[in-house]
Amino acid sequence: MMTTTYRTCPRTGLQFDTQAESLMRFNAVAAVLSMVMGGLTAVLVALTRWPAIKLLPADQFYQVLTLHGVNMLLFWIIFFEIAVLYFCSSTLLRCRLATPRIAWLGFALMVIGAITTNVAIFQGGSTVMFTAYVPMMAQPHFYLGLILFAVGALLGCFIFLGTLVVAKNERTYEGSIPLVTFGALTACIIAIFTIASGAIILIPTFLWSVGYIKEIDAQMYRLVFWAMGHSSQQINVAAHVSVWYAVAAIAFGAKPLSEKVSRSAFLLYILFLQLASAHHLLADPGVSSEWKVLNTSYFMYFAVLASMIHGFTVPGAIEAAQREKGYTHGLFEWLRKAPWGNPVFSGTFISLVGFGFLGGISGVVLGAEQLNLLMHNTYYVPGHFHATVVIGTTLAFMALTYFLIPALFKRELILPGVAKFQPYIFGLSMYVMTLVMMGAGTLGVSRRHWDMAFAGAPFQYEWPGAAYLMMGIAGLAGVVAVVGGVLWVLLVVGSLLFGKKLEEGEFSARPTILRMPVASSLSAHGGAVSHHVPGTMVLGSVLLVAFVLYYFVNWKYLSEVWPMA
Amino acid sequence: MSEQIQESAGEEPERIPVMQQVLDNPFLLLFLGIVFPTVLYILWGVMEIASVPVAR
Ligand code: HEM
Ligand SMILES: [Cu+2]
Repeated sequence: MMTTTYRTCPRTGLQFDTQAESLMRFNAVAAVLSMVMGGLTAVLVALTRWPAIKLLPADQFYQVLTLHGVNMLLFWIIFFEIAVLYFCSSTLLRCRLATPRIAWLGFALMVIGAITTNVAIFQGGSTVMFTAYVPMMAQPHFYLGLILFAVGALLGCFIFLGTLVVAKNERTYEGSIPLVTFGALTACIIAIFTIASGAIILIPTFLWSVGYIKEIDAQMYRLVFWAMGHSSQQINVAAHVSVWYAVAAIAFGAKPLSEKVSRSAFLLYILFLQLASAHHLLADPGVSSEWKVLNTSYFMYFAVLASMIHGFTVPGAIEAAQREKGYTHGLFEWLRKAPWGNPVFSGTFISLVGFGFLGGISGVVLGAEQLNLLMHNTYYVPGHFHATVVIGTTLAFMALTYFLIPALFKRELILPGVAKFQPYIFGLSMYVMTLVMMGAGTLGVSRRHWDMAFAGAPFQYEWPGAAYLMMGIAGLAGVVAVVGGVLWVLLVVGSLLFGKKLEEGEFSARPTILRMPVASSLSAHGGAVSHHVPGTMVLGSVLLVAFVLYYFVNWKYLSEVWPMA
Repeated sequence: MSEQIQESAGEEPERIPVMQQVLDNPFLLLFLGIVFPTVLYILWGVMEIASVPVAR
């Protein structure tokens, strides 16, 4: 066993196992590099789908789109999540990380895998998008890279579980694990199911690509692929919800309104969230309506309920904490007087509101079998998931990074004046982009489509002008979002390289029990003192009303698709 | 600065509610989190696809 030391951060009181700390740093840096790849390709994708610009030719467009999907959705997010898992186990439980050697092995596999898959896509024979539906065949090393990456990530999940065991045996915490760690456990459990499904489908597909297996059934592939493809989005949801709770604790010392309720909501995630994978097969002929409806509607609504609970209790916890500090005027003084200039908070809040209003509502609409037919495979779909995975997950992770730079990387953030605005630039332009993408999709514009005008096709389709307008706005907002992303990368990389070095804090051979405010509120137990949160009630009601209205508008719209009279 | 943890001083061993025991057991949760989707999504789905008649 490697021996380790513990560093107590003088700014937060968090205690880092030195091994875990470097693992977190390396994973976070790999995440940022993946984000760079994803961001470069995002500009190209956005500019190509902007009808007035149409930057790339068709073949390059699909190649670049493959790079964008794989680097953003898989590599950026999962590298970051592994760092979050180590943080939530070793750091929050104040214990050593289980088997750091294996953690390094996992990291190495992930890096090798990510590079291999990127190389395969660059070589040009693997332009299959991140979904890689059979019978489209990529180069074998495209699949091999993904498999290596997945195995590495799986090792990370096991190390998380192992660290929970270590902490329990060495009694480094009292009672239950902290709520944030519980959220990370939820993410870890979903991740294990996700990766297992990935193995079930990617290994045979790899063998098929090298000629050992004759055929992969396309419908089976889609079924098992989405057990991975969708569930991996649910890892993100569980992870970014944990980050919301963490930021509420970091920035406000907030306690959840009720720990019991929040934990039960995570349990609903564990049981039901992954079943929603079926929404990707709502237009597939091979599975019955019973299977579709039960999984995507009845069961999935338990998971939606859980998201609504989190979406309510996180701002509720902040409101309760703020009211306790005396911001009790009217409905919203607590919110007005929140630290809007602190990117850790503003990023989180923009993430939370956007995830609920844009991602959540559109997700429920898209997940209803009947309504899905209106928008299936249109631009609405990437509109929806950029609201979940970009506004929800990516922005929450960006916000957390502003906290990690001093706490984990021991550097002062450079250009704080720019950092103040970065979440607004990135988040709000994404609000616009996702809205108009969904608008264009509602009019029927396809996703993954190089030329919506069908130039040269024998039959022409006349798009309403609004479709072109919204595609243009989506392109413009996309470019602004990329600028926001570039700023974030510059701030992070710049701070790591040139930020003022901060005091490291003390090293010791064994864990300490000393706790300072941030560390203690991150691992505290018990609910908020007061449950008087009228402002959050109003926000929640607005969400519900917006949802109901929008839901029925879509049914009305559906009823007009096939006129009866 | 350091907030001492002030619990467990004179507490008697309390009975832990069943629900909390479930939530405190990561491996039980892992089991549930794998079984639910495997049965309801994967196995059921595979059975349906496998029972689609093959065209001749
Ligand atoms: C930074 C700004 C970003 C912009 C401007 C952007 C733009 C786009 C656009 C326009 C598409 C749709 C292409 C099409 O269907 O024709 C797309 C697809 C996609 N984006 Fe982004 N994106 C951004 C960030 C992200 C992030 C952060 C993630 C993930 C965390 C992400 C994940 C995806 C995925 C998975 C697809 C689908 C690819 C496919 O259909 O195969 N994007 N992006
Ligand atoms: Cu999905």
